[in-house]
Amino acid sequence: MEAPRQYEVVFIVDAGADDAEVDRLTENHKQIVTDQGGVITKSESWGKRQLAYEILHKTEGTFVLMEIEGSGREIAELERRMRVNDRIIRYLTVRVDEDRRRAEKFKDRRTRKAAKRPTSRGGSPRGASVPEFAAADENDEG
Amino acid sequence: MSSNYEDRNRGYNGDEDMDRGRPMQSRGGRRMHRRRICRFCIEKADLIDFKDVRLLQNYIPERGKIIPRRITGNCATHQRMLAEAIKRARNIALLPYSTD
Repeated sequence: MEAPRQYEVVFIVDAGADDAEVDRLTENHKQIVTDQGGVITKSESWGKRQLAYEILHKTEGTFVLMEIEGSGREIAELERRMRVNDRIIRYLTVRVDEDRRRAEKFKDRRTRKAAKRPTSRGGSPRGASVPEFAAADENDEG
Repeated sequence: MSSNYEDRNRGYNGDEDMDRGRPMQSRGGRRMHRRRICRFCIEKADLIDFKDVRLLQNYIPERGKIIPRRITGNCATHQRMLAEAIKRARNIALLPYSTD
């Protein structure tokens, strides 16, 4: 489709797994994603963390975050693999591109408003609008 | 649970009273009126990240429940974003669902 979607995937690996195993798992996952035509934009491990609550009688786990860009098909495959894998005790996928675009829009709107505000407040509106027009003309010519 | 529900009821009645224009302080100053300010609006937060545990923890008291808007003073938009983030964080065990 149009723009690729962006996802954040966090998964928790059993704390019993050593660093090598976690690395191997993340490499595996990257392979799955790239095979399906996705792109890994970021991959980081948060290391061992205390779980906020027990999952399968475990109180600790290694958290790994991956950011993926793609169509969504690779996410389906990745989730399927993670569901099957016993070492992965929990995973969460969040689609972030829409939220990020929305945030960007808000930011844009704010900067535009901020650019407008001082001219409308300072002095008479007529006097303030003149430089704006002048600036616009310059832009048109250039 | 039930105590919280009553609490909410009380708050709602209070709002009704305010609509009728009754004086608020007639109840022996039981209710305090604090200026409600949305922290996220001031910080101009466009996104609340579920990974930001330190931030989200401020909105989860010991019990583990999300603090309601009427107490934190957040605006609706940001409270919604916050709630969403907290729920995501709970899902992957960054935050507790409940504690006792």
